[in-house]
Amino acid sequence: MSTTLSKAESETKPEQAVPWFAAPPVHDIALDLPTWYTEHQSESWDRFLDLPDPVRKDENWRFADLRKVRFSELVAARPVDNVETLVQRAKKERVEHFAAHYVFANNRLVYSEVADLPDGAVCLPINEALVQHGDLVKEHFMKEGETLGGEKFSALHGAATLSGLFIQVPRGCVIEKPVLIHHFSGGDFQAVFPHTLITANENAQVSVMEFFESVGDSEQNLVIGQVDLVADQGGNIQYVSLQDLSDLGPKHVQINSSRAGRDAKIKSAFVNLGASWVRNESINRMQGTGSDCQIYSANLANGSQEYDQRTLQSHEAQHTTSDLLFKNALYDDARTIFSGLIQVQPGSHYTDSYQTCRNLLGSETAEANAMPGLEIDADQVKCSHGSTSGQISDEEIFYLQARGIPAEDARKMISLGFMNESISQLTGDEIKAHLFDRVARKFRGLDQ
Amino acid sequence: MSDSLSIQNLHASVDGNEILKGLSLEIPKGEVHAIMGPNGSGKSTLSKVLAGHEDYEVTEGTALMDGEDLLALEIDERSRAGFFLAFQYPHEIPGVSNANFLRAALQARLPKGEEIDAVGFYKEMYEKMDALSMDRKFTGRFVNDGFSGGEKKRNEILQMMMLEPKYAVLDETDSGLDIDALKIVAEGVNRMRSPERGFLVITHYQRLLDYIVPDVVHVMFDGQIVKTGDKSLALELEEKGYDWVTEELAVSA
Ligand SMILES: Nc1ncnc2c1ncn2[C@@H]1O[C@H](COP(=O)(O)OP(=O)(O)OP(=O)(O)O)[C@@H](O)[C@H]1O
Ligand SMILES: [Mg+2]
Repeated sequence: MSTTLSKAESETKPEQAVPWFAAPPVHDIALDLPTWYTEHQSESWDRFLDLPDPVRKDENWRFADLRKVRFSELVAARPVDNVETLVQRAKKERVEHFAAHYVFANNRLVYSEVADLPDGAVCLPINEALVQHGDLVKEHFMKEGETLGGEKFSALHGAATLSGLFIQVPRGCVIEKPVLIHHFSGGDFQAVFPHTLITANENAQVSVMEFFESVGDSEQNLVIGQVDLVADQGGNIQYVSLQDLSDLGPKHVQINSSRAGRDAKIKSAFVNLGASWVRNESINRMQGTGSDCQIYSANLANGSQEYDQRTLQSHEAQHTTSDLLFKNALYDDARTIFSGLIQVQPGSHYTDSYQTCRNLLGSETAEANAMPGLEIDADQVKCSHGSTSGQISDEEIFYLQARGIPAEDARKMISLGFMNESISQLTGDEIKAHLFDRVARKFRGLDQ
Repeated sequence: MSDSLSIQNLHASVDGNEILKGLSLEIPKGEVHAIMGPNGSGKSTLSKVLAGHEDYEVTEGTALMDGEDLLALEIDERSRAGFFLAFQYPHEIPGVSNANFLRAALQARLPKGEEIDAVGFYKEMYEKMDALSMDRKFTGRFVNDGFSGGEKKRNEILQMMMLEPKYAVLDETDSGLDIDALKIVAEGVNRMRSPERGFLVITHYQRLLDYIVPDVVHVMFDGQIVKTGDKSLALELEEKGYDWVTEELAVSA
């Protein structure tokens, strides 16, 4: 068994890969950037060059189709010319009430609208924040040292990112309405590197919703995003990513890092509808006593889409709680991978931690892989993890049909409900309704 | 008879086992009939066969709703044609809110291209929920998900009130209800009694029939209706038990 495996691997081993990029893909904003930042960029670039491409032997890439992560001749994204259309699209596809709205197209800020930001809250494109509040950015920018396999992507991101938003909510400040960020991307072999850095100081509160959309159709572009969420004592952050890139072509990598201080709460969600290949990583550290991280995902994969998600719930203090609910609905030849680990660090007594991945298989050829995991090194701990895969039950369809709903519609309603179980855990009626509608829209387009 | 739910010589089996063995029953519009019968006699099977559940194979007999061949219709077509079953064990549909579910059921009754009036829909739903003393929070909760037994039954009656069927079968809607809830649900059913609508009420307890007074009571045994009478039959059954019916059957055989 082991011999055949290693033989197969050596046979399919790629020849020493050409670098993905010929030069650091930093875009052309001329700025007076702080030294620490430019140093971080060049160190990241060196690290990127040193790091090997992902290999199948690596547990963090188990089940992944590595053919999807071979890149070459990529370039930094170039400006797009139909900016006005994109801004209109962004305005059409947003929740009605928001604190501020920023639209980026291929790494460049193309629109911003501040509707209702309280005094003291800093909300700026990251390149401006670097110039105006360099020290604030530095404190939490890409401070998570670990990845769940995506270190090469993370290093590249560090070498390149200059777009995205920096939000700092000072002590006691509550931003009632969500901050919205649209990222449009496109152009064959062009890459964007959106970064979102959100810090909520003591008892501060903020909700952010990020939209990833394609400029065109079926372009072979790449998005490598990274999100840092830091909540100090009693702080409260919700972060939602809605990825609805074009189904064929675009690839999307997103690495989230959450750090919750004493009694802080961080809720984060990935909703994936588009892209040909997606890699999501989510590292959640409950660092302060009583802190809580909730991680949700709803993914609708069809055609040959592959969604690969890896998570860590790390309990590093006493009385910490976390809950994870990932839901995948799969059709056609779609593949999903969920790998989740709950780690209760030594001494983190009285931890409550849950992790569930559920897969709804809508075709014979769809493939859902789940690898739940648990490591406990503390007492008085309540943990559970599990995954299920199955089809819609005939009894559920019968119940809806018995109320006059045609079988086809019943299936769609039940599948949408399946996804909604995760979406409904989020905060904000308009956000939930928007996500629900977007998922429903994709369902309507599917032949089940 | 065209103004009735008319079941003649119905045979139905599941996995080759015959459960309904030549059942005949006629519920004229405007009447309330009750069926009583021991566990396993086939009452729920009858209700699910009428609703069109695919586990049950009809091998013989007919079921006509106002002259229309009910058995020839798809499950959803039966509902839209005016048949309603309040389930003994209502299914849970996680993630689908009660309001969306009801709305989809009503929407399915409209001609293509016509949209349900959302304001009118909510107004009507709230009125009916008030009549059933159901808290408004049930509109946003997922269908039957985490509902108590009694809440599920009330939710079935809410659906019936919203869908306004021509014929409704209530399968043990009373079980799981406390006495106050029983009165509320019975009141809801009574308000729907009309010359245009027929009911078949399946129950084990005479108690329900004090509130929903039936025109006719049937006793079901081993897949057949073996005795039919007026509401005093229910009292007699409660007093003497099913043995009385079976003994009587043995004598007449
Ligand atoms: N899907 C099924 N598969 C196998 N057997 C079934 C199925 N449905 C019903 N039966 C059997 O048919 C018989 C009648 O069941 P049914 O549920 O109709 O009885 P009932 O009269 O409603 O009983 P109760 O008063 O307990 O509700 C029982 O023996 C039951 O086990
Ligand atoms: Mg029964």
